Amino acid sequence: MSFARRSVLGLRLGRPGAIASRRSLRILEHDLLVFRRGWYSYLLSGLSQPFLFLVAMGIGLGLYVNRNASALGGVPYLDYIAPALLVTQAMMAAAFESAWPIMGKIHWQKTYHAALNTPLTALDLLAGDLMWIAFRATLLSVLFLAVIVVLGAAASPLVVLAVPIAVLTAMAFAAPIMAFTATRTGDSGFNALFRFGITPLFLFSGTFFPIEKLPLFLQPVAWLTPLYHGVAAARSLALGQIELVGLSVHIAVLVAVAGAGLFAARITFRRRLEV
Amino acid sequence: MSETSSASQPQIHARGLTKRFGSFTAVDGIDFDVAPGEAFGFLGPNGAGKTSAMRMIGTVSPVTAGELTIFGLDPARHGARIRSRLGVVPQADTLDNELSVLENLLIYGRYFDLSWAESRRRATELLEFVQLTERANDQVEPLSGGMKRRLVIARALINEPSLLLLDEPTTGLDPQARHLLWDRLYRLKQRGVTLCLTTHYMDEAEQLCDRLVVMDRAKIVAEGSPRELIDRYVTREVLELRFHRPEGETDDSAVLGKKLEGLAERIEQLPDRVLVYATDGEAAAAAAYERGLRPASVLVRRSSLEDVFLRLTGRSLAE
Repeated sequence: MSFARRSVLGLRLGRPGAIASRRSLRILEHDLLVFRRGWYSYLLSGLSQPFLFLVAMGIGLGLYVNRNASALGGVPYLDYIAPALLVTQAMMAAAFESAWPIMGKIHWQKTYHAALNTPLTALDLLAGDLMWIAFRATLLSVLFLAVIVVLGAAASPLVVLAVPIAVLTAMAFAAPIMAFTATRTGDSGFNALFRFGITPLFLFSGTFFPIEKLPLFLQPVAWLTPLYHGVAAARSLALGQIELVGLSVHIAVLVAVAGAGLFAARITFRRRLEV
Repeated sequence: MSETSSASQPQIHARGLTKRFGSFTAVDGIDFDVAPGEAFGFLGPNGAGKTSAMRMIGTVSPVTAGELTIFGLDPARHGARIRSRLGVVPQADTLDNELSVLENLLIYGRYFDLSWAESRRRATELLEFVQLTERANDQVEPLSGGMKRRLVIARALINEPSLLLLDEPTTGLDPQARHLLWDRLYRLKQRGVTLCLTTHYMDEAEQLCDRLVVMDRAKIVAEGSPRELIDRYVTREVLELRFHRPEGETDDSAVLGKKLEGLAERIEQLPDRVLVYATDGEAAAAAAYERGLRPASVLVRRSSLEDVFLRLTGRSLAE
């Protein structure tokens, strides 16, 4: 079977061969089969969440923010937060999906162990579930984009490119968190991760206000977090204020974090599942 | 190509097979072969190394040292190819609670690269085989323990394996569920499927295995058919004597031992009973009475693998 070695995500790291075989698509199929059961509720919340957030914060809170017209360089608050929230919710979903459900497959239900008794390998499981998370992030972001368009919350048609930025940001979180999950035997670490990691990032990565307003010593911290780069890239595209060097740096950081996370996850998955 | 499908080639071949986790040795240099069509068992208590051996055979756990081939293939190099011809029933059910009974089988077929149509055809057939057709569209969670086990067996058969690995297939099941399961496994054996299983139930080993190895503390301590092992290590019959011991009275096993001496070729004093290994159990019981022993209960039974295990290790198999 020569096709079995073909690369799926196109990345070639470590040992010869691809990141994962074509078999990893079977795991994606599995996840879609599960998804098929609840897609309607998923679709509903995928549309209502952005709508509620954008109306409450963008329009409601925006009434007050917009009085200080110079604060955001004259950009309406709705337009300011819409691309940021699009990226943030893809990140949140990806972070969640790579924590508890993956722990279930590794440790609680052990369905990964059943899959490993077939020709699938630990790396197939990793690649398959990462593809699934990317798929979910794409779907969520497209729904979010639809709400943005309906509310007229984007200045530039380039806002559609916020979707791939959101998916890339999601991967920059999913891959390292999956690496972390594979080292755990319970979910106690996840609460700390979300309380001290994900939630502060959500609040302080330039989502709701520019990081220039953070205390000076915190600003370099924000530059190091992938969410800041995802938010900044998506916002510049949505507002049509594109600065190529800056945009390239943002994307490069996201790719680097996702790649490093993937590299780590390949190690921890094999160490956990091939013993 | 090392792979051949000659009938004489063993399905599993192990020499000096060893598994270590850090400084702990789970499997310590075991040798065995499993022939096509055979039902082969690992009998031993928990912690003897049975599961570690099975995981190496299943190619999901790397071999630390020694030689192991499955279908003549090296698990380190041809893991996926070996697994495509293996069926595995793990100790834990590992079923997918997010999917229905049928979907659990369908997706598993996909993992083996079957088309959806073929996977569905086989899944339908297998649900019939394990008597779960009526539950096809139900969730997995509410199924009974026996049903879940049967579903796991159906799942393990979706790729039509020539070798089925079963790790404690009936642990925790009620007698009825066990017998139904044994019946299905017996039918598979008749179809020519090679069975390799672990168990700590001697009746299961006697029912299912043509040949077995007794494992204790990471090593194989005996090998043979159930009957051979019994003939080799124990007598035909066993006399079990229980003595009524009034509250507070200390156990005077030395005195009891003296009285029993020479009654049979081997006598085993357990905390709750005395086992007398004799060719004629009734005669041994009569002799015990002649010596003035007054046991509270007397039982003469056929000897079993349990006795073999006790003989080999000095310990009882069941906890």
